Amino acid sequence: MLRDFELDMPADLQETLACLPGGTPLAGGTNLLVDLRARRESAERLVWLGNIDAFRDIKIEDGQAAIGGGTTVGDILRHPGMERAAPALVDCARVFGGQMVRNQATLAGNVCSGSPAADSVPPLLSLDAELCLASATQVRTIALDDFYTGFKKNRRSPDELVTGISWPVPGPNTANRFYKLARRKGDAITVVGVAVTVTRDGNTCTDARIALGAVAPTVFRAKEAEALIIGETLTEERVDEAAQKAKELSDPIDDLRASADYRRDMVQVLTRRLLNQAWQSLGEKEAGR
Amino acid sequence: MSSEKAIAVQINGIGRELSAPANETLLDCLRRHGFFEVKSGCEKGDCGACAVQIDGEPVDSCLTLAWTVEGRSVTTLEGLNDTDNPHPLIAAFLEHGAVQCGYCTPGIMIAAEALLRETPEPSDDDIAIALSGNLCRCTGYTKIFAAIKQAGEVLRAGGNDD
Repeated sequence: MLRDFELDMPADLQETLACLPGGTPLAGGTNLLVDLRARRESAERLVWLGNIDAFRDIKIEDGQAAIGGGTTVGDILRHPGMERAAPALVDCARVFGGQMVRNQATLAGNVCSGSPAADSVPPLLSLDAELCLASATQVRTIALDDFYTGFKKNRRSPDELVTGISWPVPGPNTANRFYKLARRKGDAITVVGVAVTVTRDGNTCTDARIALGAVAPTVFRAKEAEALIIGETLTEERVDEAAQKAKELSDPIDDLRASADYRRDMVQVLTRRLLNQAWQSLGEKEAGR
Repeated sequence: MSSEKAIAVQINGIGRELSAPANETLLDCLRRHGFFEVKSGCEKGDCGACAVQIDGEPVDSCLTLAWTVEGRSVTTLEGLNDTDNPHPLIAAFLEHGAVQCGYCTPGIMIAAEALLRETPEPSDDDIAIALSGNLCRCTGYTKIFAAIKQAGEVLRAGGNDD
């Protein structure tokens, strides 16, 4: 039995926001109920988000993708436009939890849990996503890159709800990839997660993002590594330098899943592999035109 | 004490009223009301023994609060086991010996039924992705995969083969 709590079931967004001061939002429950059962979480009042109208809507138009705060990982897999609008996020969705967890867990919940191993965060960072936060008194947007302040800490105030996540759809000259290293593909906590975005114009990398998961107190962008390849041709040497820098920027821990040393090494290996794959896939596209 | 109320829900196509406290999971609520085909395993979303479908989507009932299914449609294994028209998964699992202790079987069938609805001819990879939240510690999955593929064939051919 779970410890005692009350459960508010507001009928729409306005009612939900009015419930939030003093209430803990309950979306998929795949973290919150586990934490309540393990007594790591002691919320006395939960606020169910499942009745908010159109909260699972996905819109892809005018070069922009936007998902509602209630969008589940399964919704991402089932949406035919996501393959192009968020390739790394689709890569992630396939190996996120198991089928049942994917049907319950929301992207917004995964982002707000703030775990360094939250699998959707490297893809969303690699896509330069921003969050829409609403409270009863204001609505604001914040770049995901500015959201985290420390281990499981973020800039959402307790009366705010993430009502949407949006990002620019990658153009045809942009590749976007994610790889999750774990003991098995699904149903496992990530050892290292890496997402990269590379934009290629001829023989020049004109933009790049590298996001690293499970190797620091928060998921983060390896911006010094990105700087080493932006404006460059991605030769073996350039890619090696960026991968080496990503490794140096990582600050992982030892735990039962892997040692810190192994994680650092895998950051280098996976960053190199994904950058090469991204760059080469764009080269093939150019050649195929 | 958490509040208690009766929730109206369709279970396997039949309208029911289930009493439940606010802090009760759907898993505990269903078992308390006699739906013993829903199994309790890890209770943290890893094993899939408690899987049910809500409006056709498989979810872990251990991670779902009973109140949140008010007005919705819940399918348990028994919902696939209509005596006049049993789901082809049931015959296929029997034929392939895809069941040993049987504890994971209800959840696996719930997950597999949803897979076959979306992907009538699944590859090994499709099955592995669909079953990544269902742990079986007896069979090694080989026979489960074979049974799911056979059930898919039966469905594609238009229904039960008996």
